[in-house]
Amino acid sequence: MKQTGAFHLIILLLSGLVLLFILAPITGLFLSSSVPQLIETTQDTEVQGSIWLTLSTAFFATFFFGLLVVPLAFLLARKNFPGKKIVMGIMDLPVVIPHTAAGIAILGFISRDSTVGKFADYLGLELIGNPIGISLAMAFVSVPFLLNAARDGFSAVPVRLEKAALNLGASPARVFFTISLPLAWRSILSGAIMMFARGMSEFGAVVIIAYHPMVAPIMIYERLGAFGLKYAQPVSVIFILVSLLFFILLRVVAVRKN
Amino acid sequence: MLELKNISLDFKEFSLKDISFTVEQGEYFVLLGKSGAGKSLILEIIAGMLKPGSGKVILSDKDITEERIQKRQVAIVFQDYAVFPHLSVKENICYPLKGNKMNKAERVKRVMELGERLGIHHLLDRKTTTLSGGELQRVALARALAMDPKCILLDEPLSALDVQLQHDLRTMLRKLNKEGLTIIHVTHDYEEAVSLADRVGIIDSGTIEQIGTLKEVFHSPKSLYIANLTGIKNFYNAEITGVGRALLEQKKKISLTYHGDEKSGSVLFRAEDVVISCEPIISSFANSFKGTILHISPTVNGIEILVDTGIRLTSLITEQSVKKLELKEGKVVYVNFKASAVRFIASRK
Repeated sequence: MKQTGAFHLIILLLSGLVLLFILAPITGLFLSSSVPQLIETTQDTEVQGSIWLTLSTAFFATFFFGLLVVPLAFLLARKNFPGKKIVMGIMDLPVVIPHTAAGIAILGFISRDSTVGKFADYLGLELIGNPIGISLAMAFVSVPFLLNAARDGFSAVPVRLEKAALNLGASPARVFFTISLPLAWRSILSGAIMMFARGMSEFGAVVIIAYHPMVAPIMIYERLGAFGLKYAQPVSVIFILVSLLFFILLRVVAVRKN
Repeated sequence: MLELKNISLDFKEFSLKDISFTVEQGEYFVLLGKSGAGKSLILEIIAGMLKPGSGKVILSDKDITEERIQKRQVAIVFQDYAVFPHLSVKENICYPLKGNKMNKAERVKRVMELGERLGIHHLLDRKTTTLSGGELQRVALARALAMDPKCILLDEPLSALDVQLQHDLRTMLRKLNKEGLTIIHVTHDYEEAVSLADRVGIIDSGTIEQIGTLKEVFHSPKSLYIANLTGIKNFYNAEITGVGRALLEQKKKISLTYHGDEKSGSVLFRAEDVVISCEPIISSFANSFKGTILHISPTVNGIEILVDTGIRLTSLITEQSVKKLELKEGKVVYVNFKASAVRFIASRK
């Protein structure tokens, strides 16, 4: 009994240290700014614009690439094909490569001299230094979160239910939309939340594509560099609060749907 | 109505070999075999979920081997029911109706009819996650019937139910069959087959061993496997030693009425055909052996008496007989059976 008690104590101690490691800097950050400072920062139109830009580009990235990624996730969950493991490895690459390097790669892919850049130019679209480019960078680094969650969600749907639906006369498309997708919905939504959150907080890839217009992470960095810690802290607090708000809101929606 | 012709399918460690049988319109056909024999695979082939390596599936004179799952008009009810958990009972039953040309009013009417027919009308608005096993089974059946299938395939429909629910469902299945529904039912349970089947097919290790009526299969099993499956207790390795004579397990000589040329095989006879007496009796029993009662055990069908006569023989008698003869473990008795009760099965080459 004594040994068990000591063991649990050690577990608790180590867990506490990890929690403290996360909470302490954030708490310190929150305590660093006074309420008047925070109110003044929220009224700053540049800050408002930056946060709005961050949320909207992250949302666009999640929504647009979500539509593309969910079918791929379904394919990976349901089909075996040659090179499947390679495909899955490729889709995990953005998680492991340095994000500034990812930004350079995307820049090369969408620059004016590239095929994609020329095509965008033809359509009258700007990609570099533009919210579209920002969304692309956000999507690149965060799409694995949605893909893996969606794939796991689809894998968890019993194949038998899909077979039963086919047997009852449903087309493969109807089976997907009425059985597979509704039953995997929670995982997909969780993955989308993670993708949104990850995209929103991206700095490395986005700063290469678009320093301006500034998303919140870049604004925080710029204010730190130009004016120091005290000037960067209030924006950081506001951005964390907004992120948390959306995060909790989306989690509540996910729980309700469940 | 449904015919399987020489269906074969190879997997890594298992094969379905040359499966052939027919099921007539309105028939209740039971495919009986132990777990892993290939029963469910056959159902999936009929339903189109698995493609056979070779052979044909013919339904109402039409070759449906290559037909898409959706077009086969064959409904399958899985062992775990496969009821959609995110839909209500009503929505589950309505699922196959949404694909066809019915309008909403007709669909509602059909769902209500099926709910009444399967005794689940009071559950229509319930979420399926709140239902019991027996209720889920009925929902799965109602959903299958909603597609108006030519034939319904049942994969171990009673295995997950308690005794009372099994009884209720058997009654329901008999009723559906009497109404004209063609049913193919797979099970490992011999009693289930006996209580429901018009005809039965025995499957073992991917091969059909025997097909016939209950009487044909269970009274004249063609293999040891079928004898075991049907619960025949007295079976032994046997060598034919002369006309009407055999040596069992190299120990016991018995009389039998076999007149074939095979010398080596197995012998079996039913426990019901073995008579116990306390003294030797003068009778037409060609086989009469003295032995000691090893074990007395009650079963659903009577009292099983295991007697050691040099080989172990099982007799099935009534409780009254046990009392009348004052049978108990350790008592010396005589076991008697006719030569004609003994069936010789030659060994497979």
